[in-house]
Amino acid sequence: MKIIRNILLIIATLLFIYYAQNTFDSYTLSILSNIGIFAILALSYNLINGVAGQFSLEPNGFVAIGAYFTAILLLPTDTKVDMFALVDPAPIILQMKAQFIPAIIIGGIAASIVAMFLSFPVFRVRGDYLAIVTLGFGFIIRIFAINNPAYTNGAMGLNDIPSNANFIWIGIIALITFIIMIHIIYSKYGRAMKSVRDDEDAATAMGINTFKIKTYAFMTSAFFEGIGGGLLASMLTTITPDQFSFLLTFQLLIIIVLGGLGSMSGALIATILVMGGMEWLRFLDDNIIIFGTDLGAHPGTRMVVFSILLIIMMLFARKGLLGDKELFNYFKKKSQ
Amino acid sequence: MNLDIFLQQLVNGASLGSMYALIAIGYTMVYGVLRLINFAHGDIMMVGAFLTFFGTSAGIPFELAVLLGIIGSAAVGILTDKIAYKPLRDAPKISLLITAIGISFFLENLFTVLFGSTPKAFAAPEYLTKIFHVGEIYLPISVIIIPTVTLLILALVLWILYKTKYGMAIRALAFDIQTVKLMGIDADRIIMIVFIIGSALAAIGGVFYAVSYPSIDPLMGIIVGLKAFAAAVLGGIGSVAGAVVGGFILGFTEIFVVAMFPELGGYKDAFAFFFLILVLLFRPTGIMGQDLERGRF
Repeated sequence: MKIIRNILLIIATLLFIYYAQNTFDSYTLSILSNIGIFAILALSYNLINGVAGQFSLEPNGFVAIGAYFTAILLLPTDTKVDMFALVDPAPIILQMKAQFIPAIIIGGIAASIVAMFLSFPVFRVRGDYLAIVTLGFGFIIRIFAINNPAYTNGAMGLNDIPSNANFIWIGIIALITFIIMIHIIYSKYGRAMKSVRDDEDAATAMGINTFKIKTYAFMTSAFFEGIGGGLLASMLTTITPDQFSFLLTFQLLIIIVLGGLGSMSGALIATILVMGGMEWLRFLDDNIIIFGTDLGAHPGTRMVVFSILLIIMMLFARKGLLGDKELFNYFKKKSQ
Repeated sequence: MNLDIFLQQLVNGASLGSMYALIAIGYTMVYGVLRLINFAHGDIMMVGAFLTFFGTSAGIPFELAVLLGIIGSAAVGILTDKIAYKPLRDAPKISLLITAIGISFFLENLFTVLFGSTPKAFAAPEYLTKIFHVGEIYLPISVIIIPTVTLLILALVLWILYKTKYGMAIRALAFDIQTVKLMGIDADRIIMIVFIIGSALAAIGGVFYAVSYPSIDPLMGIIVGLKAFAAAVLGGIGSVAGAVVGGFILGFTEIFVVAMFPELGGYKDAFAFFFLILVLLFRPTGIMGQDLERGRF
C-alpha cells in the first residue's frame, strides 16, 4: 500500500516537472529552479544540523566547492584561456573536462572529501565551538577562491558556464535527494544520528561510534551541498567568490528552522515558503515610495525582515512547522 | 629584516593585538556566564564605532563621542540579552545560538539599510594620528596609545573581577548558575553587568579599529569578531587574561607573517582560523583555560 502511494507520488512529481518545463514561462521556471536548488541544499543541511544535531554553519563553503569544480569541468578549454585575465590558468584547470552529470557528481565528491578532512578537527568539539569553526571554514574557502586566481580566476569569478541545468535536471535531483534523505532518516544510520543528537553520551554508551556517525552525516550533507552548488553554477552561468558568503548559509538556516529542525518534509515546505517569500518581498529592496515621496532603494531590508522572523520564531515557535516529524506521519503520537 | 623594521612591526602587532584582546574579553566573559558564543559581539563593536562616527560628524568632541559609542553599545548589549537571550535561558543551546546569529544578521542589515554599505571615512583627532619618529621608524601615536589604554582597561577589568562584590558574583556565576541563584544573587542583573562590560570594551575596540584603519562599514564586525573569538579560544575561553594573551599572539602573528612573507598577505584573514583549528586539535582548552565545560575567569 505504502509502496504504491510512494510510486504514485514520485510519478506525479515527475509529471509536474515535465509539465512545468514545457509550459511555464522562463521567469516562473527560474523561481522554481531556485526553489529546487535550495531544497537540495536545505535537505542536506538539515541532515547534519537537524537530524544529527551538529549545529554547523559551513554550507556556503561546500556549495562553493561544488560550484567551482562543476564550473571548471564544464567550461570549454578555449573559454578558460580567454577568461583568466589576471594570471594564466594552471595546466590542470585546462585539462579538467567532463559532461554535465559527471561534473556535478565530481563537485559533490570533492565537497565530501573536504568534509572528511574537516571532520577531524571540528568533531573534536561540540555545540557552539563547532558552529564557529565551521563558520570560519566558509570564510577560508572564500579567501582561498579570491587568492588563487590561477585556479578560480580570483575575485572576478567564472563566466559563461554552459547552462545545462534546466528545471528537469534540478527537479529530478531534488526529488532524488529527498528520497535518499528520507531513507537515511529511517535507516540504522539515521537512528544513530538522532541518538547522537538527543544524547551523545548515551549513544556512546550504547556502542555507537559517534565520531563515525557525525562524519558520515557531514560527508553526505557535503556531497549534496556540492551537487547543489554545481547546479547553481550551471543555472546562473556566472559565479564569484562573494556569492558564497554567509548570507547563503543564513537563508538555509532560516529554512530548516522554519520547517522544524530534523524534518525533511518540513524543510521542503519551508524552502517553498522562504524562497517564495524572498521573491514576494523583493519590493522591499526596491525604491520605497510612501505618499509619493521616494525614500530611495534600501538593499538589505528583506534580510532585516528575515532576521527578525528568525528571532521571533526562536522565541515563540521553536519547533518550526513540523517539529522533527515528517508530514506523512505528523498525526502519529510519536516520531520514529 | 633589520631592527628598525622589526620594532615597527612589533608596535603595529601590539596595536592590532590590543583590538582583538578588547573584543575577545567580551566573548570570554559572556561565554563564562552563559556558555554562549555571542555571535552578535562583533556587530556590537560595529555599533560602537558607528555611534562614535556619528558623534564626531555631529561636531561633538572626540572623547564625548567615544563615550556615546560606549553607552550606546552597552545599551545594545543589554537589549540583546533581554530580548533575545533571557527568554531562552532554559531552552536548548542550539536555540540560543540561532537567535544570536539572528541578532548579528539583524544589526548588520539594519545598519546597511539605514546608512548604506559604502565604507565611511573615520576622522580621528589629530593627537591620535600625528606621526612621530624614532630613528628610522615613523609611526602614528595611536599605535603607542592603543596598547597602553588596553593594558589599563585590562587592569580595571581584573580589578572588578577580583576585588569587587560584583566581580565575585560574576566568577560565582561562571561556576554554577543555579547555586548562585539559591544564594540570593540576582543572576540576571549580574549577566547584565557582564554584557555592559563586554559591550563597552567592544565599543572601545571598535573605535581603535576605526582610528587605525580610518574607515568603517556595517559589515566590519564580522571578520574582526571572528578573529577575536579565535583569540579568546586560543587563550582559553573563560579566561580574561587568556583572551588578552590570545589577542596579542594573533595580532603579532598577523603582522609578522605578512611582513616576512608578503605573498601570504591575501590570507591574513585566514590565520585566525588556522590557529583555531590547531588549538582545537592539540589543546582544546587553549593556553590559559583549564576546563572547557567549566570555564572560569
